[in-house]
Amino acid sequence: MKKLGSMVGLKHAAVLAAALALGACAKNPTDMAGLDGRGGAGVGVAGSATPGSSQDFAVNVGDRVFFDSDSSQLSATAQATLDKQAAWLSRYASYNFTVEGHADERGTREYNFALGARRAQATKDYLVSRGVAASRIKTISYGKERPVAVCDDISCWSQNRRAVTALHGGQS
Amino acid sequence: MRQKQTLHTELQDLPMPFTPSRRAAAALFGGLALSPLAPRLSAAERYLDVHGGGNFTPVNVAIVPFAGDGGASVASVIVNNFKRSVFINPLDAGAAGTGVNPDAAPNMAAFRALNAQYVVVGRAARGPDGRMKTEFRLWDVGAGTQAAGQQYVTDPKNSRRVAHIVSDAIFSKVTGEGGFFDTRIAFVDETGSRQNRTKKLAIMDQDGANARYLTRGDDLVVTPRFSPNSQELTYMSFGAEDPRVFLLNIDTSQREVVGNFPGMTFSPRFSPDGQRIVMSLEDNGVANIYSMDLRSRATTRLTNSSAIDTSPCYSPDGSRICFESDRGGTQQIYVMSAGGGAANRISFGQGRYSTPVWSPKGDYIAFTRQSPAGFAIGVIKPDGSGERILVEGFHNEGPTWAPNGLFVMFFRNVSGGPRLFMRDIFGHAEFEIPTQSFASDPSWSGLIG
Repeated sequence: MKKLGSMVGLKHAAVLAAALALGACAKNPTDMAGLDGRGGAGVGVAGSATPGSSQDFAVNVGDRVFFDSDSSQLSATAQATLDKQAAWLSRYASYNFTVEGHADERGTREYNFALGARRAQATKDYLVSRGVAASRIKTISYGKERPVAVCDDISCWSQNRRAVTALHGGQS
Repeated sequence: MRQKQTLHTELQDLPMPFTPSRRAAAALFGGLALSPLAPRLSAAERYLDVHGGGNFTPVNVAIVPFAGDGGASVASVIVNNFKRSVFINPLDAGAAGTGVNPDAAPNMAAFRALNAQYVVVGRAARGPDGRMKTEFRLWDVGAGTQAAGQQYVTDPKNSRRVAHIVSDAIFSKVTGEGGFFDTRIAFVDETGSRQNRTKKLAIMDQDGANARYLTRGDDLVVTPRFSPNSQELTYMSFGAEDPRVFLLNIDTSQREVVGNFPGMTFSPRFSPDGQRIVMSLEDNGVANIYSMDLRSRATTRLTNSSAIDTSPCYSPDGSRICFESDRGGTQQIYVMSAGGGAANRISFGQGRYSTPVWSPKGDYIAFTRQSPAGFAIGVIKPDGSGERILVEGFHNEGPTWAPNGLFVMFFRNVSGGPRLFMRDIFGHAEFEIPTQSFASDPSWSGLIG
């Protein structure tokens, strides 16, 4: 039987999700960094990250944007975050990265895979429009399979409807 | 690769004792197949009109404890099945069952006093060769005649399956409908935290027995669906590459990627002839429906929208496909020809409609509906009429049909994770299917026989 490779990103997510559990449903979503990033940063190290590191990206730039329910429209806040991402990614141009699209649990499984893909694509398109080379960007959708917040109310659902820019491990 | 599964058993009809000229039960030679197209009983003989809508009274069937060293376990499986059958009400024979000779006509007066319309007697005993002989007779209490009778000789390890086959024979005779007990459920076993679930493909009997894993949990897997002969599964799996549709042979554990597509493939289902897989392909944020011929590997694009087209399902005759699309703004159910082309929207109720699944009988399409009231499971006719909600609540999702088209199974998130439930299509009763861990994405096989 062919053994399929395990998903590196999810293994990181396991460790970081455990760290997050202490502060689940944090009020400021940008405090939660690198939950799904392949080279994801830790939590709560704002300001101390080495410039150009994935920690720096997650903590000082913000590695994720959020969406309204059943929408892939980028809000003004999301666009501002992506503008900062694009600037950082242009400065540190050796990083390739994956945009991970996610949905909240209030949708059916298969639709949410497609909805997550739509969010990842909208995020990718915006970054490309801000000068980031499309060849550096992969997209993937996890649908509703990988929530970061699980408190079953609106404050959590809104954190789960997200697109996360996950830098590939180390500078390539 | 696509052979029917046989049980290596001998089967024969039991003639009615003392009146051998009486019409025997439906002849079932050459295998254990209990055809879902079992001949309908005439109206005069039938006690239960399943098609009359939701107004029916379950038929009282008294179960006499089976004789023999294997009798108790066989009878308990049958009783447990009927307790979840909605259309049959199993009665404990009590004193009326004491001393009943399974080879002779029981004392009908005693069962009439119990209000039983039928009585089941039987025996399961190991012979000198170590093989288990299981036999049953179904007696019509009113007429005083044998309505069905069969015997099965098999390896004792198949006893549980024989009990399901006996249950189906009785269910079919009493209701005039196909059985559904000799079936299996493929599903996703869920363990670990909600943020980082481990998901394994698993399979079990329809009553939750004989559960086993088909994958080890290294990769995230979702949405298994049985092939028509129940020998294979198609499902979506995350691995090192993009998420893809896979094909798994249940017995050999061999698996392969379905097709060579440039993006994420998901929501796969088999065609009724088992020759094709229909699925969604995501490309630049848009999802369209494709089918792939499993022999030639040729792919055909069936929809061409800039929307999310997913959750396709063939009609049982293979001529049409229902699917969900948000091309009109929100998720709704559409029906198109199996070759693609124009699609007609059939869902117009309040909310978003998704996960359409065509009944094996062709009469209904089951769906998930999301509205401010929550997630509902319902059925609708393929022309959009006759919509009926079976259950609604905080969460219900992903119906799958029993092969007789009388029951749906689905999953519901309850206290921290999903569990599997089944309901009859009239919404009379609901039963949880016992699983060791959380469970989601059920797929109900056809009759295994």
